[in-house]
Amino acid sequence: MKKIKTTAGFMGTSEQKEKLIAMIAEHKDIKGSIMPILQKAQEIYGYLPLEVQQIISDETGVSMSEIYGIVTFYSQFVLNPKGEIAISVCMGTACYVKGAKDILDRISANIGIKPGETSKDGRYSLDATRCIGACGLAPVFLVNEDVYGRIEKPEDVDDILKKYTES
Amino acid sequence: MSKIKIKINNREYEVAPNLTILEACREAAIDIPTLCYMKEINAIGSCRICLVEVKNARSMPAACVQPISEGMEIFTNTPAVQKSRKANLELILSDHNKDCLSCIRNQTCELQKMSADLGVSDENRFKGKMNEFELEDNHSSIVRDNSKCIRCRRCIAACAELQEISVIGAINRGFDTSVGCAFEAGLKDVPCIACGQCIVACPVGALYEKDETEAVFKALADPDIHVAVCAAPSIRVTLGECFGGKPGEFVEGKLAAVLKRLGFDGVYDMDFTADLTVMEEAKELVERLTKNGKLSDGKLSDEKIPDEKISDGPLPLITSCSPGWVKYCEHYFPEFIANLSTCKSPQQMFGAIYKTHFAKKLGLDPKNIFFVSVIPCTAKKFEATREGQSAVGDGIRDVDAAITTRELARMIKKYGINFDKLPDEKFDSLIETGTGAGVIFGTSGGVMEASLRTAAYLLGGHLLGGSSADKIDFEEVRGDEGIKKASYQIGDKTINVAVASGTANAKKLLNSIKSGETNVDFVEIMACPGGCVNGGGQPVQPIRVRNFENLWERRAESLYKDDQNKEIRKSHESPLIKAVYEEFLGEPGSPIAHQILHTHYAPRGKDIKV
Repeated sequence: MKKIKTTAGFMGTSEQKEKLIAMIAEHKDIKGSIMPILQKAQEIYGYLPLEVQQIISDETGVSMSEIYGIVTFYSQFVLNPKGEIAISVCMGTACYVKGAKDILDRISANIGIKPGETSKDGRYSLDATRCIGACGLAPVFLVNEDVYGRIEKPEDVDDILKKYTES
Repeated sequence: MSKIKIKINNREYEVAPNLTILEACREAAIDIPTLCYMKEINAIGSCRICLVEVKNARSMPAACVQPISEGMEIFTNTPAVQKSRKANLELILSDHNKDCLSCIRNQTCELQKMSADLGVSDENRFKGKMNEFELEDNHSSIVRDNSKCIRCRRCIAACAELQEISVIGAINRGFDTSVGCAFEAGLKDVPCIACGQCIVACPVGALYEKDETEAVFKALADPDIHVAVCAAPSIRVTLGECFGGKPGEFVEGKLAAVLKRLGFDGVYDMDFTADLTVMEEAKELVERLTKNGKLSDGKLSDEKIPDEKISDGPLPLITSCSPGWVKYCEHYFPEFIANLSTCKSPQQMFGAIYKTHFAKKLGLDPKNIFFVSVIPCTAKKFEATREGQSAVGDGIRDVDAAITTRELARMIKKYGINFDKLPDEKFDSLIETGTGAGVIFGTSGGVMEASLRTAAYLLGGHLLGGSSADKIDFEEVRGDEGIKKASYQIGDKTINVAVASGTANAKKLLNSIKSGETNVDFVEIMACPGGCVNGGGQPVQPIRVRNFENLWERRAESLYKDDQNKEIRKSHESPLIKAVYEEFLGEPGSPIAHQILHTHYAPRGKDIKV
């Protein structure tokens, strides 16, 4: 699946940057260290936006096109951070046939971002996930750790989301 | 090294042991088709077109990456091999925009030729979902049409391995894989130097030059516009390739003839302004050497080196006629910008002096002149639009259209001119045709050599131990090495020079200058490996030619031969050069020369804009 480009604004701190640069210095002379560097960078920032990839490129001498190629190749790397309110809609077979797509579209319209994106202020993120193993509750979606199942019609998500948007 | 025995198609061969199957078969006069393979820089075995059968092997190996071994039995054309190659090709075709009739590479496309050679009978055999891409045509020089891209990654290899720039790469994974820049930024928003090496590496129509032929046709059709054209030195040894000629075939006479038949009002040889560049640059070199204390021992005659208007720049002086190199310097080595010669390139000098001095002489209003250059280079298109490239001012560009060798060939075909049947004619004379010094500008080391010939003269014979103001052949800076170095004596001092071509070599050289390991006074850098003869605007040769033949050596040989045959081989001896300095410019480096023939540069940064 194509990766959605970073949509959230960059809010990296100087502590994060210091940590990143120190980490790269530790690894960069080891052959083939770009993978662990990217993994650790993602641990620091939670995702790998342009700003972080640029620092990695400057410090290691590995070109931006190569770094971006690696980041978009492996599903472990993400270009968008999880939002404070992270919503995942299960798109497994059972949920899908029970209308998960309509639920996803409803949520997307409701919070104004596409699947794979994070809102500019970092508050929401929306993902379409694979089967989460709760097929008996289909269709299912998650908001952070909370599970919502047996959604009867797409409009029902509005009330659920209100709990989070109004808090 | 002792040879090993292998069998190819049941025949025995003795070959060197360190070959791949592809190379061994080639020695046995068997061409195995390839798409992704580029010798030395892209041996990735990914297109699966070069499959062969090997006895007792589990599966069919890719000939481009599989090394041979003692006793190996290879079969290159069994029904199973043919079937596999064809199926792989049809799978590539299934996600390829097949509008071949209107494609820029119609008849020069490697995929098209391979489909014919391998007998593809149904190009839609694996019809299914296709990737969708937008045409990217907002870069100064390069157009990308990813709907044609077959993901062979030859462009990526050219950018990363040949040039060590690496602004393009493979993005995403599996079926979604595409070639592009980081964060899917446009080529214009990344530090691309517009050299066009990706274009000449592309087997299909996914990358091509920004076409300016329509603007030229339009100007030619307008009776109120004076359309002048000048052809760069290297075009005379490459244009023939577009009409079935061998690499390096010398077609200067036909080039002049065809430009006249296309209806240009003035058909000139860029040799003239290559000579003019030499005059200005040699002067700049002498000034910088003096200023930096290299020539302060009083051994030089006073009349040859006036002490006024001494250039402030540091040493080494670095040539600036390759716009790809200049852009590279601005992006990646801004600390060397002060070292760049302020001279405009020959293309820009021609437009500049044509629209000023010669416009006056010919009684033309520069507003009504449309100046075209034929160049081997896609970065020249960018250069023509740069700031500081307008001698007339008022937004009137020195050069209105810069067309590549390929674009000129397309114009000729559109006009229905039979290139082979053309007689040899001469360029129009502004007084006299160019010198041998101007001709060799088209190859790596040529600008250095031409400048040294004139610097030797300006230095009054002190170059080379005091007796060789006449030295012509500077063999030390010729040849196909990526970096060439030489030293010449001036009085009791030594002047060190270096030549690099291809930005990978430029990077190496600049870093060694920076570290103090290399100490040089004068440096020539060209962005493309081998110089203009191998420019990104030159005819695209199929990979089977490129992999096994040194194209630019063939083309460069032809230029050096022409230099040998020229009566005048030093820029300062050209009657035309003498005349323009007498009538107009005064002397090299004069205020008027600076106003018209020199320019400036600025750092561009490396950041990606998204």
